[in-house]
Amino acid sequence: MTNKINMVQAVNQALINEMELDDRVIVYGEDVGLEGGVFRATVDLQQKFGKERSFDTPLAESAIVGTAIGMAINGLKPVVELQFMGFSYPAFNQIISHVSRMRNRSRGRFTLPMVIRAPYGGGIRALEHHSESTEAIYAHIPGLKVVIPSTPYDAKGLLISAIRDPDPILFLEPKRIYRAFKQEIPAGDYELPIGKAKIVQEGEDITIVSWGAMVRDVQKAVEMVAKENIYPEVIDLRTISPMDRETIVESVKKTGRILIVQEAPKSFSVGSEIVSIVNEKAFLYLEAPPTKLAGFDTIFPLPRGEQYYIPSPERIAATIQEIVNY
Amino acid sequence: MKFEDYNPLEEKVFKIMDKKGKIINTDDMPNFTNDQLLYLYRTMLLSRTMDEKQLSYQRQGRMLTYAPNIGQEATQIGSAYALEKEDWIVPSFRELGAWLIHGVPLKNIFLYWYGNEWGSHMPEDVKVLPVSVPISTQLQHATGIGMANNIKKENNVVLTYTGDGGTSGGEFHEALNFAGVFKAPTIFVIQNNQYAISVPRIEQTASKTLAQKAIAYGIPGIQVDGNDIFAMYVATKEAADRARRGEGPTLIEAITYRLAAHTTSDDPTKYREDAEVEEWKTRDPILRFKTYLENKGILTKEWDEKMKKEVENEITSTFEEIEGKADTKIEEIFMYHYETMPPILEEQLKEYKDFLEGGKNNDK
Ligand SMILES: Cc1ncc(C[n+]2csc(CCOP(=O)(O)OP(=O)(O)O)c2C)c(N)n1
Repeated sequence: MTNKINMVQAVNQALINEMELDDRVIVYGEDVGLEGGVFRATVDLQQKFGKERSFDTPLAESAIVGTAIGMAINGLKPVVELQFMGFSYPAFNQIISHVSRMRNRSRGRFTLPMVIRAPYGGGIRALEHHSESTEAIYAHIPGLKVVIPSTPYDAKGLLISAIRDPDPILFLEPKRIYRAFKQEIPAGDYELPIGKAKIVQEGEDITIVSWGAMVRDVQKAVEMVAKENIYPEVIDLRTISPMDRETIVESVKKTGRILIVQEAPKSFSVGSEIVSIVNEKAFLYLEAPPTKLAGFDTIFPLPRGEQYYIPSPERIAATIQEIVNY
Repeated sequence: MKFEDYNPLEEKVFKIMDKKGKIINTDDMPNFTNDQLLYLYRTMLLSRTMDEKQLSYQRQGRMLTYAPNIGQEATQIGSAYALEKEDWIVPSFRELGAWLIHGVPLKNIFLYWYGNEWGSHMPEDVKVLPVSVPISTQLQHATGIGMANNIKKENNVVLTYTGDGGTSGGEFHEALNFAGVFKAPTIFVIQNNQYAISVPRIEQTASKTLAQKAIAYGIPGIQVDGNDIFAMYVATKEAADRARRGEGPTLIEAITYRLAAHTTSDDPTKYREDAEVEEWKTRDPILRFKTYLENKGILTKEWDEKMKKEVENEITSTFEEIEGKADTKIEEIFMYHYETMPPILEEQLKEYKDFLEGGKNNDK
């Protein structure tokens, strides 16, 4: 059986799926219970599973993540929501000092099967702190996995896998496409592998790596360059860290060119890491310099400047052509 | 008034005027001239009308997300009016009334909500910090400004605001603890408007009152009727006087109510009953103040109507000044990160402009 749903609904379905199967799964955060989340990702959970398994917390991200650590150590599987990625930083201390280190610190005695969900990314004309993509900061932390879906299908399968994963996962949801489109996806249970990228589209001429909301923009750009007989291979990372290097490297060996498209700032970024991997593993196959098309190294502008920031399909298409014609 | 007489553990709330506009505490009634009273009333009208206009512009698609202040006018206007021009205000994000009193131009306020960074570029003589979106983070800045006043031996004070939800995060504790330790001349006003988005005050903390948290920091804490402009003024004035005398910080819990939605993205019917809202409407801070002024013969119908028109014109003409004319220039996105723009930003700016001009996209 399938159903046609958007990404927020897919997240909601994954949560319900896991809460039904496993009563250790507990979902909480700010406005998560009665209201069902400011984006409605946790809607109906409290009604279905009661206040003990889905509830509102006081306004304190550090305590939301810090208590999830305690819950996970004590046998539960917390799936906590941070209302926006821009408000994850009060919890940063807990994440970098404990979430990511507990397994290693205790040599496996204490592990943290927990998920931290947060909407992220720009393009919704929002107030300050509601638009940034700081996945690189978290991907830099050893011991933490970072997962980003780009479709409703991926959101559901990846979130189910994340909840079942024995390790802590930061699950970032691209809010720009929360409701942008619906997809016919299985109504029931399915997993998608954490740590594996997906080849969204096969091609010969250039490898394009992207993730989150940018994947759709890349696909639009790919349609544009198809008119010029350029056929890119598009890879959706799905998991940022640990990164599926093999899929990227194999693709570059075939195409000889790589473009990374991200909305995060260009420097010190996930894209920078990918360029480094390609240089290490596929240097002799390269026919053009590995290239990043990214957000500027600036603070994400408020709405009246936002249109400049995120690479547009036109800009992606122009960059593809340049690399192919290098 | 004395803070000692209002022990928050006993839930004694400081009030001057009841909800019918009657003065029930004549001892503490401030001595305002009629001009002052009418100025306060006009500012309340300006604030309320601004909120209503913004909400309607937003519905028409002419404005973006907006956080209205409706119902909290007395809390903000009363408290901010107790400051001197040289004092500081460190706001959260819902402090329209305080901004207006402390000299933030309407144009700035519009620009901010219109989505342009220039909204936070305060005039040189306006000591108001920009909006701080991450809840309660600003409280520490307020403590720091106060600590600096002590070090610089300056006599001005700092007024900062947070919400009831804002009392739950670590920053709140740290800011008040520092303020207590360093005797910062900082006044913390918690606008207890009963909700943090959908989460009611009682689920925010098991403390009976928010004001009682002051006790743990060794500073005075008081509950004030936040819909009573006189009580808010007097309590804040007393706190400011204490601060100027070198006696340190004060915590004021203003008991009020957010009559409108959290922001334009919020639907409050999901989490609260209409009856509750209707009950609070009977305690509307503007209505109450208006009744007082009318009973005293200070406010006439004609003046009221004239003022309503005047503030409406002020608002619509300011909006006309910016609507469609406040797009950010590309350069501005890059210019304000450092005193001098580093080469990498210059390069990214140039590459992007080249792309827009149809030149080669050198973005490699
Ligand atoms: C650190 C942080 N977490 C979450 C948010 C999202 N958020 C914006 S306003 C708000 C509720 C604030 O409630 P309160 O402090 O009571 O102030 P009010 O909105 O009622 O004025 C939340 C959760 C935020 N801005 N900052």
